[in-house]
Amino acid sequence: MAKTKLAKSPWMLHYDGSSCNGCDIEVLACTTPRYDIERFGIINTGDPFQADILLITGGVNFQSESVIKQIYTQMPDPKVVVAVGICACTGGVFKDCYNIKGGIDTVIPVDVYVPGCAARPQAIIDGVVKALEILQQKREAYAAHRRQGKA
Amino acid sequence: MQAIGVILYLVLAPVVGALLDGIDRKVSARMQGRQGPPLLQPFYDLGKLFTKQMLAVNSVQMLLNLSYLIFLAVAGSLLFAGEDLLMSLFMLSTADMFLVMGASSDSSPFSTLGAGREMIQIMAYEPMTLLLAVGFYLATGSFQAGDIVSQPVSAVVTMPGFLLGLLFIMNIKLRKSPFDLSTSHHAHQEIVKGLTTEMAGPTLAVMSIAEYYEMTMMLGLVGLFFVNSSPVSWPLAVLACLAAFFLETLWDNASARVKWRTVLDGCWVVTLLTGGLNGLILMLVR
Repeated sequence: MAKTKLAKSPWMLHYDGSSCNGCDIEVLACTTPRYDIERFGIINTGDPFQADILLITGGVNFQSESVIKQIYTQMPDPKVVVAVGICACTGGVFKDCYNIKGGIDTVIPVDVYVPGCAARPQAIIDGVVKALEILQQKREAYAAHRRQGKA
Repeated sequence: MQAIGVILYLVLAPVVGALLDGIDRKVSARMQGRQGPPLLQPFYDLGKLFTKQMLAVNSVQMLLNLSYLIFLAVAGSLLFAGEDLLMSLFMLSTADMFLVMGASSDSSPFSTLGAGREMIQIMAYEPMTLLLAVGFYLATGSFQAGDIVSQPVSAVVTMPGFLLGLLFIMNIKLRKSPFDLSTSHHAHQEIVKGLTTEMAGPTLAVMSIAEYYEMTMMLGLVGLFFVNSSPVSWPLAVLACLAAFFLETLWDNASARVKWRTVLDGCWVVTLLTGGLNGLILMLVR
């Protein structure tokens, strides 16, 4: 099997759509010495201007919808979105609530879905590494696009 | 000889700075019981930042960041060319003013706050850098870096207090805890990253390269204490610089961030006790 190329230096932005905080705790666990996502050069940044990966936990409600859209548009290209936890994927148990729109993909395009309630750190890292492959492809496409634009 | 020093500094300083940053991240991770990123991670970061989409909040930010970079490069070049130390240190603070302007050119409350904190930091370290130049003059009779390094005895023998003071304020310049108020290598989601909030992609990359120039220049100042007329002193100075850098990393990991008042008071008191006392003694024995 050909070795897939992973994007280097992916900086991650974490946003909580409407989660119960279960997945958030697991995302934070990924940065601890036990799981250490900085191994991949990942920085858990708080600034959409500097982020490459948008990691969202929890479903979208009518209050967080505009925030998610704004964060997504503030991130410079190329970028990927990872939905962590079953609520972020589909809305989960809150799917039929009066205030929930559903999963993240009802508002912005999602590249990787990480199911689980709560998603385990291993699963989150697995999903993020999958996102790194997609990010690398997007970067190459973006670079090719820029070259064409300049030529 | 001067031209070689300048060219070597201009070409190698960002590389050395990025490598040191990589070592710093690796060593910090090991101190925290983590594996840490690859050694060349800062190079990957720079490569990525330059290929990102250019999102500029206004038309002057990039220009101001480039000015920050150029002034730091010139300040360091003056030092490594063996020119006037006083001039070099003045350029260093001028460069910092461009960074403050770059951050406050935007209406974001976070970057405005960061710019204010950066100014407090300038106030905190400035007395020591000025005293440092005076100290070198008292010890060697010249402000020229070239004259200082051609003395028969290393400057550190007569001015150990100044070295301590420099190591203290270098913590601010390297953006390390406990004095990393305006921007930091850690705490990426906190308000302490304020200064760089509005910098995206290439703009942030320019600022990082400038930081690498600054880092190399600060270590050059440490080296100035150890170099004398004998060629053996040069490797010794490099070792001293690496030791100083390690100590700063250790201090960074062993201490918590303090309030701005403590930064200001601490730096001024330490400046007076180290640089001031050492300078006084040098004046008396002259």
